[in-house]
Amino acid sequence: MTRIIGQTALVMALVLALAGAVAAVVGVRRRRPELVRSAQAAVWVNFALLSVANLAMVYALVTHDFSISYVAQVGSRSTPLLFTVISLWGALEGSILFWGWVLAAFTAVAVYRSRARLPDVLPYATATLLTIGAFFYLLLIGPADPFEPLWPVPADGPGPNPLLQNHILMAVHPPLLYLGYVGMAVPYAFAVGSLLSGRFDDVWIRATRRWTIVAWTFLTLAIVAGMWWSYEVLGWGGYWAWDPVENASFMPWLTATAFLHSVMVQERREMLRVWNLGLITATFVLTVLGTFLTRSGILSSVHAFTQGAIGYYFLVFIALVLVFSLVLVGGRSGELRSAGRIESMASRETAFLLNNLVLTAFTFTVLLGTLFPLVAEAVRGVKVSVGGPFFNRMTLPLCVTLLFLLGVGPALPWGRPSAALRRRFLVPLAGLLLAVAVAALRGAHQPYALLVFGFGAFAALSNMAEFAGAARARVRAHGEGPARALLRVIAAHRRRYGGYTAHLGVVALAVGIAASSSLRREREATLPAGGILEVAGYGLRLDRLWAEEEPQRFVIGSDVTLLEAGRERGRLEPRLNYYGGRSEPLTTPAVQSRATRDIYVTLMAFENDGSSATLKAVVEPLVAWIWVGGLMIALGAVIALWPGRRRTRRSVGVQRELPLQPAAAPRRRVAEGGAD
Amino acid sequence: MSRRRALLSGAGAVPIIALLAFGLTRDASLIPSPLPGTPAPPFALAVLHASTAEPIRLADHAGEVVVLNFWASWCLACRSEHEALSTVAERYAGRGVHFYGVLYNDTPENARRWIAEMGGQSYPTLLDPGSLTAIDYGLYGVPETFFIGPDGRVAYKQIGPATEQLLVRQIETLLGTVTGEWQ
Repeated sequence: MTRIIGQTALVMALVLALAGAVAAVVGVRRRRPELVRSAQAAVWVNFALLSVANLAMVYALVTHDFSISYVAQVGSRSTPLLFTVISLWGALEGSILFWGWVLAAFTAVAVYRSRARLPDVLPYATATLLTIGAFFYLLLIGPADPFEPLWPVPADGPGPNPLLQNHILMAVHPPLLYLGYVGMAVPYAFAVGSLLSGRFDDVWIRATRRWTIVAWTFLTLAIVAGMWWSYEVLGWGGYWAWDPVENASFMPWLTATAFLHSVMVQERREMLRVWNLGLITATFVLTVLGTFLTRSGILSSVHAFTQGAIGYYFLVFIALVLVFSLVLVGGRSGELRSAGRIESMASRETAFLLNNLVLTAFTFTVLLGTLFPLVAEAVRGVKVSVGGPFFNRMTLPLCVTLLFLLGVGPALPWGRPSAALRRRFLVPLAGLLLAVAVAALRGAHQPYALLVFGFGAFAALSNMAEFAGAARARVRAHGEGPARALLRVIAAHRRRYGGYTAHLGVVALAVGIAASSSLRREREATLPAGGILEVAGYGLRLDRLWAEEEPQRFVIGSDVTLLEAGRERGRLEPRLNYYGGRSEPLTTPAVQSRATRDIYVTLMAFENDGSSATLKAVVEPLVAWIWVGGLMIALGAVIALWPGRRRTRRSVGVQRELPLQPAAAPRRRVAEGGAD
Repeated sequence: MSRRRALLSGAGAVPIIALLAFGLTRDASLIPSPLPGTPAPPFALAVLHASTAEPIRLADHAGEVVVLNFWASWCLACRSEHEALSTVAERYAGRGVHFYGVLYNDTPENARRWIAEMGGQSYPTLLDPGSLTAIDYGLYGVPETFFIGPDGRVAYKQIGPATEQLLVRQIETLLGTVTGEWQ
């Protein structure tokens, strides 16, 4: 019964999506609004249908309906309820089902929010989103059918992949990633709508910018949550390995970040229109490529799902998206000439251009490294692997440049700089020198680490100066207290200060990565009970080993006391988890996290009689900065997205989303009279 | 819309798609092994269900075909190939073809229980304490199956579960008598 409900919903969704896409396009071309409205109705119904299909699967999982092969593949009676529910995205078919639901939800919200605006663009955007949806529904009916029946019905299943049920972050990382990936389809759809309708004004930008920030925020959080999961679960004390699938999530992040900056140049200076369309398209294509890489098995990766015919479906989809997008952007590029031009090298727009160049170079570097094994095999027939050394060497100079630009950019004015500019950089430059000196004194000697600390301090101080300067002006003008003035300033210019908050987050993240990777100290030893492992001035005393039987796993744990200068500083409990049917245990490292350093202990091995155990201890400075930095980036995005008071309840959206102007800059847009 | 620009841009997609299409024809998890064509690493391993303490040596099978299957009781794919291995081993018993299982990272008790549960194994399984033989053969995971020819060289290496068809084809090639059985 569950199976029939789920499958029927998916078939109906496919038919409806295709019909809706056709109706939307015909409706806008023949000027028949009732057809456009029917396409919108298809969008709402599709969301309902996908919700039904997903709930049916969750119901099947929770009731252990092993007559459905997906449940028999990932379910088990002994798995705790939470992990049973989240095994909805624990394997290929379920993950695509969930993906389809997220897409249907995004489509519904995007179409609903823009339904009264953009009469020319929205039907094409609706058709684009429905077509993308149709592809996923096709997968769900064909090669990735989650409701495929199974006979004979097994009594129990193996349970989810142990890696997916070993940590709570697995409930967070995949949905965030899907929200980020799928969300990028919305700006792409608006870009396609703008290109197809021939509306080359910046209407689509206004509809798109907020959606890009939304998707980008989810993608940021997803990447950081993935790093955190890897750190908390895998037991090697690291968080990023340049694995193809990590790269696949990072590339659209880079292009979307580039877009979020270059879109401001378009808004202010009427430049970079083709470029922006290109970035949005590239971002979407890269998300599809990422999905393809994970699900086709063409690159070897720890993230790879099982492979099968689905790879060919994706190949055809990527080919269609790529050709369609390139033809559309390329064909229109002649009609999209820039209206503005650069006036000075030391201007905000120059900083944005450089930022875009570096981010694009970054994307190409990562793409090259990711696909190079494939190129090498195609051209020379040899198997090669491209790992951390390549990526670190190629991208570290780009990271340092980005940090530099991130410090310079906010201080530069649009158009022409004023004479007082140099003074703006005195404090950040002093901070740069101080940070390098302090880091060198504390034992950092890798040149890139020192550069990151230096330019990190420079960028942080430069961005903070923006907050401080504006708040000080308000204190003087209105006589408010400093804290109140700061909040008022942020509230009045949300986009700008949201952006600077995100900048501070990026700095924290970069400094955290540089410190934890360049200054980490690591030791491993086999200890008797009561023995002490010394590392970087800390002692770890192995107190005892214990074992515990849980319904879905068998746990070997150790009690470890952290000592500093002979004093007890806390207890740690690194464990090994044995899941049924698999011989290799999964580690649960124990981490004591502080603002300045993490102590990371892994139980590597143990004697069966409990007499001794092998512990690995890593002391890593500033790891927590990475997670805090990620949250700050998201906070910045939320500030930027927060709806303004005076903007609500206004139905005509042309004026309301004009960028907020810095007080000093003249309103050039009006003066220059753009091309549209 | 400029048709020429559109066509030129669209053509840019071709190499990328071609590369991805090429990728689909490959299996990234296959790691090339230098072993095929080289002399098989020698071994002398004790038998799991041993009646004597005498180990099995590869050297004793000179001029014969040896099929070496690395497996473990915790390996799910090993379950799926078990029947094919047992059936084919039985069919070629006494025809100069010797099947051996080699236990990988597992205890003899688990292995005995597994064999009983699977309804027996038609050939002996050897014990490889310390995985030294597995290291000699460059084992990447289980199951892997090595086909050693009468000349003592590794002729073929199968990664992942073996099928009846594959076993028969490799053995027949090594025996030099291609029968119509597998076609």
